[in-house]
Amino acid sequence: MEEIVKEVVIGEQEEYIINMGPQHPSTHGVLRLVVSLKGEIVKNIEPHIGYIHRGIEKMCESITYPQIIHLTDRMDYLSAMMNNEAVCLAVEKGLEVEIPDRIKVIRTIMSELSRIQSHQLFWASYGMDMGGQTCFFYGLRDREKILDIFEETTGGRMIVSYSCPGGLMYDIHPNFQKRVKDFIKYFRGVLWEYDAILSGNVIFRERTIGIGTLTLEDAVSYGITGPSGRASGFACDIRKQEPYSAYDRVKFNEVLYTQGDTYHRYLARIEEMRESMNIIDQLIDNIPEGPYFVKMKPVIKLPEGEYFQRVETARGELDVFIISDGNKNPYRVKFRSPNFVNLGVLNHISKDFKIADLIAIAGSLDFVIPDIDR
Amino acid sequence: MDKTQLGEFVKSHKPDATVTEGRQYTEITVADTELHSLAKILRENEETLFDFLVCLTGVDYGDVFGVIYHLRSTRHGHMIVLKTKTSEREKPVLNSVCDIWNTAEFHEREVYDLLGVKFNHHPDLRRLFLDSSWGFPLRKDYVDDINIVSK
Repeated sequence: MEEIVKEVVIGEQEEYIINMGPQHPSTHGVLRLVVSLKGEIVKNIEPHIGYIHRGIEKMCESITYPQIIHLTDRMDYLSAMMNNEAVCLAVEKGLEVEIPDRIKVIRTIMSELSRIQSHQLFWASYGMDMGGQTCFFYGLRDREKILDIFEETTGGRMIVSYSCPGGLMYDIHPNFQKRVKDFIKYFRGVLWEYDAILSGNVIFRERTIGIGTLTLEDAVSYGITGPSGRASGFACDIRKQEPYSAYDRVKFNEVLYTQGDTYHRYLARIEEMRESMNIIDQLIDNIPEGPYFVKMKPVIKLPEGEYFQRVETARGELDVFIISDGNKNPYRVKFRSPNFVNLGVLNHISKDFKIADLIAIAGSLDFVIPDIDR
Repeated sequence: MDKTQLGEFVKSHKPDATVTEGRQYTEITVADTELHSLAKILRENEETLFDFLVCLTGVDYGDVFGVIYHLRSTRHGHMIVLKTKTSEREKPVLNSVCDIWNTAEFHEREVYDLLGVKFNHHPDLRRLFLDSSWGFPLRKDYVDDINIVSK
């Protein structure tokens, strides 16, 4: 009787396949990962995407340039300010419009506020993925203050549509400067909590240091930009390489690490919040006077040609590539979205780690699914 | 290298290529058969070292399809634009650059999914966003009866 009892472990002998998502909470949206496992070890990951593919590039071909702005909000909804700015800069470059300093400075401040709130939400949700519920409440508590500032000036909290070709939709609210300064003062005072709760946490460090290491060579070859790429030592900050708006007149450091593991991808975002606050500090007291909008023709027609604009969003390099045939609608619009490209590296860096590490690795790449699908 | 030097460099390796000074970057138009070898030269030569494929775009030009590659060198900081066209519209095929830049794998799957351009030697060329029963929506002659977006 005793010899019949034999321990059977599923998947010990051969690989088996499970679905993670599309409704798994740690995928932060509708991303489906088909994971091949051997025991607990990840052998292969196949991302299945397109659950919220809306065909934004196709839609752009039948609408005018000012209308495109409103679609870009819906790509990476945490970097809506930068997405708007990218299209505006491409169109303004095509029309050779001179943009007044006031607009440039306001756009830069808004972009950096946007970057801070995006990283705050990253910190909040990443902490929750790793089992720390506190982070979620602390992160959202601080993020709310930025969303309130956005709401006061733009009328929207996430879907802002603030920049438009030729300037801004509205001038800043009279309270804007004071509220931003109050926020920076407040946030400098609480940022140490972020480090105390997660960065210095022993359990968190054990789970992230040395996990999912991406080398510099692979980061370049896979085109991993943003904080994820800079954690591997890939100097890919567009704000430094091709300064746009007011980035040429501010001093800030490009956050670079060489380790390239999950922990440093996380740490790069925390440090970027500090740099963003430095940028805002330098600009908030010196917003030049002037118009917030340059009068444009009622129907914007880009001259025939190709326009390429690179912008640094909270997740990496967003490129807008417009091919115009001289009409009021673009002939072809391409958005090179950072999340789409970053997803390509997930299989490469998660191989031979445990399935629990996959949550940590995927979380550290900070995916926003509507930006992958577009 | 600056814009003119890059143009001369390409001319010395591929005399048939057309070099134009674009608004922002040097633009190279090259035949579909020459594309892969030119990309390999640009990637591996120490003077150019284009190791970062920034963007890969598929375009429907009406009679044929085009693919546009934006390349950047992380060491030298210069950029270049490569352009190529398929030889026909019925069975558009190009050579994959996956072996040169890993990121091309995803980009080329997207171009295949939305435009129907096939890439030789691609390790895993399947539809990406859409089901296999869909047409190719970024083609100009694509008609969507349910969600009419064109005017």
